[in-house]
Amino acid sequence: MTALLVGRRAPSRLRVVAWRFFQSTQGRIGFAVLVLLFLLAFAGPALSPWSYTDKDFTAFLSPPSAEHWFGTLQTGADVYAVTLRGMRKSLIVGLLAALVSTALAAVVGAFAGYFSGWTDRTLTWGADLLLVLPAFLILAVMSPLFGAGQWVLFVIMLALFLWMVTSKIVRGMTISLKQREFIQAARFMGVSPVRIIFRHIIPNLSSLLIVDATLNVSAAILTETSLSYFGFGIQPPDVSFGTLIADGSRTALYAPWTFWFVAGLLVVTVLAVNLIGDALRDAFDPASRRPR
Amino acid sequence: MTPVLEVTDLNVSFGDVVAVRGVSYAVRQGEVLGIVGESGSGKSVTSAAVMGLLPPGATVTGSVRLHGKELIGARQRELTAFRGKTMSMVFQDPLSALTPVYRVGDQIAEAVRVHQKVTRTQAAAMAVELLDLVGIPNPAQRALAFPHEFSGGMRQRAVIAMAIANDPDVIICDEPTTALDVTIQAQVLEVLKKAQRETGAAIVMITHDLGVVAGFADRVLVMYAGRPVEVGGVDDIYYGPRMPYTVGLLSSIPRVDTDGRHPLVPIEGAPPSPAALPPGCPFAPRCPMRLDACEAAEPPLFDVGPAHQAACIRWQDVRPRVAAKHAVPVEPRDGRPRQDRQPVLKVDGLVKRYPLLRGSVFKRRVGTVHAVAGVSFEVREGETLGLVGESGCGKTTTLMEILELAEPQEGRIVVLGHDTARLGGAERMAIRRDMQVVFQDPLASLDPRMTVYDILAEPLRTHGRGDPGGRVAELLDLVGLDPSHAARYPQDFSGGQRQRIGIARALALEPRFLALDEPVSALDVSIQAGVINLLDALKAELGLSYLFVAHDLAVVRYIADRVAVMYLGRIAEIGQVDAVYEAPAHPYTQALLSAIPLPDPVRERSRRRILLEGDLPSPADPPSGCRFRTRCPKFRAELTDDERAVCVAVEPSVRLLDKDQGAACHYAEKLEVT
Repeated sequence: MTALLVGRRAPSRLRVVAWRFFQSTQGRIGFAVLVLLFLLAFAGPALSPWSYTDKDFTAFLSPPSAEHWFGTLQTGADVYAVTLRGMRKSLIVGLLAALVSTALAAVVGAFAGYFSGWTDRTLTWGADLLLVLPAFLILAVMSPLFGAGQWVLFVIMLALFLWMVTSKIVRGMTISLKQREFIQAARFMGVSPVRIIFRHIIPNLSSLLIVDATLNVSAAILTETSLSYFGFGIQPPDVSFGTLIADGSRTALYAPWTFWFVAGLLVVTVLAVNLIGDALRDAFDPASRRPR
Repeated sequence: MTPVLEVTDLNVSFGDVVAVRGVSYAVRQGEVLGIVGESGSGKSVTSAAVMGLLPPGATVTGSVRLHGKELIGARQRELTAFRGKTMSMVFQDPLSALTPVYRVGDQIAEAVRVHQKVTRTQAAAMAVELLDLVGIPNPAQRALAFPHEFSGGMRQRAVIAMAIANDPDVIICDEPTTALDVTIQAQVLEVLKKAQRETGAAIVMITHDLGVVAGFADRVLVMYAGRPVEVGGVDDIYYGPRMPYTVGLLSSIPRVDTDGRHPLVPIEGAPPSPAALPPGCPFAPRCPMRLDACEAAEPPLFDVGPAHQAACIRWQDVRPRVAAKHAVPVEPRDGRPRQDRQPVLKVDGLVKRYPLLRGSVFKRRVGTVHAVAGVSFEVREGETLGLVGESGCGKTTTLMEILELAEPQEGRIVVLGHDTARLGGAERMAIRRDMQVVFQDPLASLDPRMTVYDILAEPLRTHGRGDPGGRVAELLDLVGLDPSHAARYPQDFSGGQRQRIGIARALALEPRFLALDEPVSALDVSIQAGVINLLDALKAELGLSYLFVAHDLAVVRYIADRVAVMYLGRIAEIGQVDAVYEAPAHPYTQALLSAIPLPDPVRERSRRRILLEGDLPSPADPPSGCRFRTRCPKFRAELTDDERAVCVAVEPSVRLLDKDQGAACHYAEKLEVT
């Protein structure tokens, strides 16, 4: 009987969660779509002769054709090329900002709730301070910094203004979780507090955190979109979903291709992220219905 | 005499799940029927169906006749007319059975006014009378109190007062004493008996405690998987059971009156889920007398004696099990006498106080809770010390102080030869490796998000024991679980299996000392026995020492070598188990032991109970001198005024009476009670 288990690889949590994730249709579809979107964003431009900076002066605002698969913009830019370029930015910015902000919320909230006392007061004070700062104005003021190649800074700034509310929820849940016997059991076993936070507390909040992260993906893309709409955020000649939707909405009525391809891809992205989020949550949650 | 309440072929189903299947019984005036079964056997659903209190989703068929009047399918108006009047109910949780925002007296008066035409003042007067009847001191004054100002026992008395307010013919009690401590349980059972004498009502007593039924019921109905499996007079059921399940239940309860060392016989497996019943007899998969014929069809109730029926095709072969000799020797395994063995835990004068704070912005200290007030004991190698007491006596606080490995407020804790006041980081880690803990509720103490493999690997990884794979399989094997289940989550296991996982985790690092915090009190009796046997076997096999904290004295008698009885933060009596249980010297131990119901109807009826008055005093304001004197029967009845003055002025400390038995009483005297 012992040999049975030794021969196989250890059934640790990571492996079980991954297995359950890929057992669910939702998870597989979501994951496949997201991979396809990434492939499209990074490998797609190579398929077309046009780059996002090229202008075709023979075709302004022309509908999709063999030459321009998604049609062209008023400037003569190829919609396929700019959309994929925009998607590359938005995917990275949206996913990273969501992950960073949720991770920040989880860590800050859990530390504040677990340690209480001075740690708690300092961290809560920091979160409160960020809550009262007008995020949009600060991002707008800082926007000149987000020039070419500075998207990492942009991601961090976006994330910095997204985590506070979640961290407060996490803190409250940590305080009640701390009283539970399995946390006591780990403490009496000699597990260090930081380990307890990462091994017991955060996984037990995973449902909340995953829902939060999926919501944050759309929130980050939309914040970036609205920032870019007002001319902050991603600066031309670079494009993002935000700038494209802002431009396209003006011509959407009589030249639908300038708007619908971008909007459609945005919806597909958010949908894929939500599918993955749902499947992940079910995979983490042992009480959920078994995937067949 | 015609029965007051007659239930015939009652079936209850929720959707596709059949919870109750063919229950029939009848109770006559003044008769007590005990319905016994484990959790999930359908006993509470039966009573709810009789009262017409099931949710709308439930389908009920069969017949329930009260004084010959059919209740199934009766209109709501007719039901409300008899509910609370001819038939009333006492619930398990007295706190949720009372409305928190109304005064207790008003709630009882309301119960009266619903069914009787009396004025408000008359009803209030009757409420006070009823409170007096159920033994609440100062009833006129206490009637004005709110439910939260009552203790658990007093609330249950108030609920009983409400149930008997309209002189009912049938009282249904659904686990009325399960949430209460033993001494309070004895009081409440006394009140119920009195209520029955006063009203002459028939009582249907639903419980899982075979001891409570033994002394209280005239007839017993045993339920299993939604069905009655044995019905009969209380003596027939206890002394001549004809159904293997009843035999199994009776031999799996630890008893406080036998000298501990007869083996408990657990029933293997777990009760079936009502959604997936096995074919044939539902007990067949767990039955030691199973035949192939058992799985063919579900056996009907056979008449096996006068007014005694059992649902077993082999009822003629079923015999009550004879207690065999215990497999594990009582003496320490290595044969060394106690004084030669090293102490693994030494607690000396331990004190733990909590400040009582008031105010939200500026916290003021308004008092001190003396949770533990000077407790001393030691656990030596290879022995088990049982720490027992009622809720609020400080036993869990004591345990937590030990487990924290921090310097206590006062006193000294020495674990495995190290004083906790002078521990370095490395030493503390080393002690954490050698001292492990098993908690009460296995579901709460196992991280629900971790697989069993990760749970068992955690202590190994924490203390750097390399690849845990092989050890995890070994551990699962050791506690009798299938190692191939390691990838499952705790919730996929039954209660008993979960507790085995908890024990396996505690054993992962091969500790020398195990602290057990009520490890079996959340489990059903038939499963509890298996876990107790496992703990006993592991102790012998691995040479462990246990500190076993529990409120159940019977379990402690079975597993412990020595016992310490705590009362209000102090040790009342400590000593070798058999000495303490056979001849307790402290009045509190005597009362505690006499309050425990025995699963033996004849002895239960004939024994003398020492009833304690009132409730546990608040640990924030303990009585002067001896803490037990306010409830002490000896103080009240036997002592002279001069002797009492000593009790009031001087707090007694534990005095050695015998070779290994000490009591904290100025006038300790051995007395046989069980």
